[in-house]
Amino acid sequence: MIKHTLPAARRAFSPGLRCFSEASGGEISEDVFERAGHPRLTKQASLYVHWPYCLRRCSYCNFNKYIRRENNDHMMTECLQRETETLLQLSQVSCITSVFFGGGTPSLAHPSTIAAVLESVSRRAYLSDKAEVTLEVNPTPVGKSKLEDYCRAGVNRFSIGVQSLQDGDLKILGRDHSSHQALQTVEEARRLCPGRVSVDVMFGRPKQSAESWENELSELLRVCDDHVSLYQLTLERGTQLFKQVLGGEVTMPAEDVTAEMYQCARRILHQHGFLQYEVSNFARHKAVSHHNTSYWKGRQYIGVGPGAHGRFVPRGEGGVVREARTQTLEPDVWIREVQQRGHGTRRRIQLSHLELLEEVLVMGMRMSKGINHKHWELFSPQLGLHEVFGISNDVQELLQSGQLILDDRGLRCSWDGLALLDSILPALLVMLERQISQRLQMDHHADGQTKRISNPQ
Amino acid sequence: MSFSLVKRWCETPLMRRVLQFKVYRRKIQSYNMTYTLLRHRWMKRLPTAVFSSSFSTQTDKDTIDLSKFPVDRVRNFCIIAHIDHGKSTLADRLLEMTGAIATTDKNKQVLDKLQVERERGITVKAQTASLIYSHQGQQYLLNLIDTPGHVDFSYEVSRSISACQGVLLIVDANQGIQAQTVANFYLAFEAQLAIIPVINKIDLKNADPERVETQIEKVFDIPREECIRISAKLGTNVDKVLQAVVDRIPAPVASTDEPFKALVFDSNFDHYRGVVANIAVFGGRVKKGDRIVSAYLGKTYEVNELGLLRPHEHPTQKLFAGQVGYIIAGMKDVKEAQIGDTLYLQEQPVEALPGFKPAKAMVFAGMYPMDQSEYPGLRSAIERLTLNDSSVTVQRDSSMALGAGWRLGFLGLLHMEVFNQRLEQEYNASVIVTAPTVPYKAVLSSPKLIKEHGSEEITIVNPAQFPDRSVVSEYLEPMVLGTILSPDTYTGKIMTLCLNRRGIQKNMVYIDDQRVMMKYLFPLNEIVVDFYDLLKSLSSGYASFDYENAGYQAADLIKMNILLNGQPVEELITIVHRGRAYSAGKAMCERLKDSIPRQMFEVAVQASIGSKVIARETIKAYRKNVLAKCYGGDITRKMKLLKKQAEGKKKMRRIGNVEVPKDAFINVLKRKDK
Repeated sequence: MIKHTLPAARRAFSPGLRCFSEASGGEISEDVFERAGHPRLTKQASLYVHWPYCLRRCSYCNFNKYIRRENNDHMMTECLQRETETLLQLSQVSCITSVFFGGGTPSLAHPSTIAAVLESVSRRAYLSDKAEVTLEVNPTPVGKSKLEDYCRAGVNRFSIGVQSLQDGDLKILGRDHSSHQALQTVEEARRLCPGRVSVDVMFGRPKQSAESWENELSELLRVCDDHVSLYQLTLERGTQLFKQVLGGEVTMPAEDVTAEMYQCARRILHQHGFLQYEVSNFARHKAVSHHNTSYWKGRQYIGVGPGAHGRFVPRGEGGVVREARTQTLEPDVWIREVQQRGHGTRRRIQLSHLELLEEVLVMGMRMSKGINHKHWELFSPQLGLHEVFGISNDVQELLQSGQLILDDRGLRCSWDGLALLDSILPALLVMLERQISQRLQMDHHADGQTKRISNPQ
Repeated sequence: MSFSLVKRWCETPLMRRVLQFKVYRRKIQSYNMTYTLLRHRWMKRLPTAVFSSSFSTQTDKDTIDLSKFPVDRVRNFCIIAHIDHGKSTLADRLLEMTGAIATTDKNKQVLDKLQVERERGITVKAQTASLIYSHQGQQYLLNLIDTPGHVDFSYEVSRSISACQGVLLIVDANQGIQAQTVANFYLAFEAQLAIIPVINKIDLKNADPERVETQIEKVFDIPREECIRISAKLGTNVDKVLQAVVDRIPAPVASTDEPFKALVFDSNFDHYRGVVANIAVFGGRVKKGDRIVSAYLGKTYEVNELGLLRPHEHPTQKLFAGQVGYIIAGMKDVKEAQIGDTLYLQEQPVEALPGFKPAKAMVFAGMYPMDQSEYPGLRSAIERLTLNDSSVTVQRDSSMALGAGWRLGFLGLLHMEVFNQRLEQEYNASVIVTAPTVPYKAVLSSPKLIKEHGSEEITIVNPAQFPDRSVVSEYLEPMVLGTILSPDTYTGKIMTLCLNRRGIQKNMVYIDDQRVMMKYLFPLNEIVVDFYDLLKSLSSGYASFDYENAGYQAADLIKMNILLNGQPVEELITIVHRGRAYSAGKAMCERLKDSIPRQMFEVAVQASIGSKVIARETIKAYRKNVLAKCYGGDITRKMKLLKKQAEGKKKMRRIGNVEVPKDAFINVLKRKDK
């Protein structure tokens, strides 16, 4: 009975909720524990802040971004602050582990905006001085000139969108900076945050060859800091580049060529001491991105700003189930909503236990270390990795062919397997669904309906 | 010439059903005109008094007195023609001119009731219409038996022909003799029917009736003077056709004094009244209430209703020798009205008429529901459709890839297409139809197998059951005699095509100074898939093709396996002629290569005969398949994609370690879209 009344009680006492929930933490029944996650999971989160504006549209980008007609910095700042506070309150997290300002082009935001948001965070939750605060930077001279101010505002890590060192390619991609400007920005960032600068580069660009990519990468390694993110350029519908390719103006490298580029980059980066810790991310001297790692580890995150996504338990309204939440896309509408009701959450979907595990699996397997037993147990205390995946023929084949590893440490892809992750995941997802639904049926048979969780919302 | 006194006797019952009130009003207005009430089941509720005809000569409003039509006043005929040469238009005119239907612009293909018939301009199901025609002061009963034009339906044609004494052979004045004209001519000729050549569409700008007459003289050996030039569309000379029917077609040989004897030449199923059998009365007479016996089953029935088809059912009191009509006698199942069966009176048994050879399915195709949940719906649709087309054979079948379905046998390709189209149009069923195959035969050499099968010769419909060479003394394949008519400019190309299809030329004649008629003996297998389409395209649509079955011939047949990484795929086993194995194997491998998604390992797609690989394609392994960017914001979209793939994975068929989506099988197995 306690598990039925508990959420209601929480809702009733919501003002003093933090105390209440902490006090009752130990009494939370197994089911609530399983679906809401371990207290370690629900009491902390990372924060993503979306700055939706760009000066221009990159030809390959289909992200949620807008060209601003007039400066609304003041309003944006207020709204970002307000939504941050609302959602922090709703999530009832006591600690924000990292903050990431993405976009759009967040380096268009005034440093004071960044400072204001961070202040809001600190007002509602604990944000350690050491917590990672990353800002995406567009490497233009203007961007570069603001880096110092961003640092003062509280940013301690920069992710710089270098994309390419070929000026011709930057033009095709519609970027508004040169490679020279990008390198200068990297240099400045390294001066300000040594060891905490990441560069983003793109491969599989129009007309790019494996050889030119290798040269470009070597050049980049001479100037970069301790973190590199590599992305294969994906052609997205509705972009200008998509139209150009369709119209035959631009040709993209063949699948085999981009596969070669990826493998060659992995090799070269490895030779330079960069460890691949995720499909597209490489770090040396342990300079991994903590913020992104928390996504891959299935931790809670709160998304603030137009179109931002979040995954957290809204404990502030008595929630016990993690929700997938999306904020309103259009900045103007979002602003109005935040002004009216404190947040612009457009969609909230409760994740079932299976859905939660599916996300944990899909995200976790992107890391080269994969999912260790402890990590999995946090989300699935009753069904271990061996139990879920050990008996499947498909998985056995993957293990035998050396693509997948399941051992004392946990479940992970081999070096070769990681490049084929999207071919591996469907087999794992099929298995996960089968095991979980079997388990559910068994539980039903064992003790009727009592294992079912009544939903407080 | 005067038309029948019962002109405009009836509107079509369907029209009356739809426009009951309209008809009602019109009847009152035209009180003194020639309308006569036809009592019909849809009209029963209406007050009959209102409709009493003022027509003095027709006092009995309910019946036509068929006794007024002794045998020598009856003519039974059918119309045969190549597609689009105007058969149905002529039928419409004949119906109008004899008052069977009202003369309006709306009569288009009145006898073609099915949507597929109207769309394709073909007749699938034979229809019958009795016309009452006055000629030189005498009333004649002309029974028009509408036949399907295509030889695929030659079973229906020969059934119809057996009830006739003459045919109208229609030829388009512009196109001249076409392949189907020839095929149909021979059917009629062999049945020793009187043939009246009718040259239609003389109103067309390019009409060249002279030339067509020459062709008719040359190909059919019919004097050109016998040809009647008409325009069915405008009605020009159509009366001459009616006169010719009376003058040139002999009356049926039958006597009302003999005991009742009738041939069942067609049957339909009506959900309310049971079987409606179309009969030709060969002797005696039959009336409502008579007890009749089916010679085939020996079962006795009581006649509930009988009458003429004009073309809609028109009940009469009796049917007499020489006449053609319908009969309803409480038969509950179409199988009870066996086509070719003889009916006689219970107290007066007669010797059964020769009947017909049952139609043999010559083209087989698998049919599967798009989704297995649609199986029951498709099953009932197929059942209902085969109820009225007993020539389709139905066998349950199941495929590992496509699930539960059927293997259906058809009389020919058009028959198959028409069946599919009817299934889709009339029953709204979406189906996967596999590429057609033909029934092979094997002459067994092993006594043990002969004992097992109960005969030395076995027919193989499912390639998976193809017996091994070692136990077979000979394989046989079905042959057809194809007729191709074409302008002579395409002769070279056509001959090359036929040669590639293992055709053997039997004959080639110029039917006039520009058109050639060629006869080829083909293995049926070579023409079932795309022969006709190729012929049409290489001749810019001018060549026409038709075929008739020509028995079986020994053939060097082999079983071809398709392997995926060395594992055979049962549903892709194909029987091919040795000489065609390589190209067939290569084509299948290519189609598979294009439709199996890349996997994590290389996949060899091979075609093999025994242990020998004759064709190979390779599906290269994925070297990279992982989304580059995946952070918090992207998960939802990414999850959706992966879940869809996981769902798809569940539905894939595993051959060895290779996962093959259902679509790949469909792409390889199904008929190519035209």
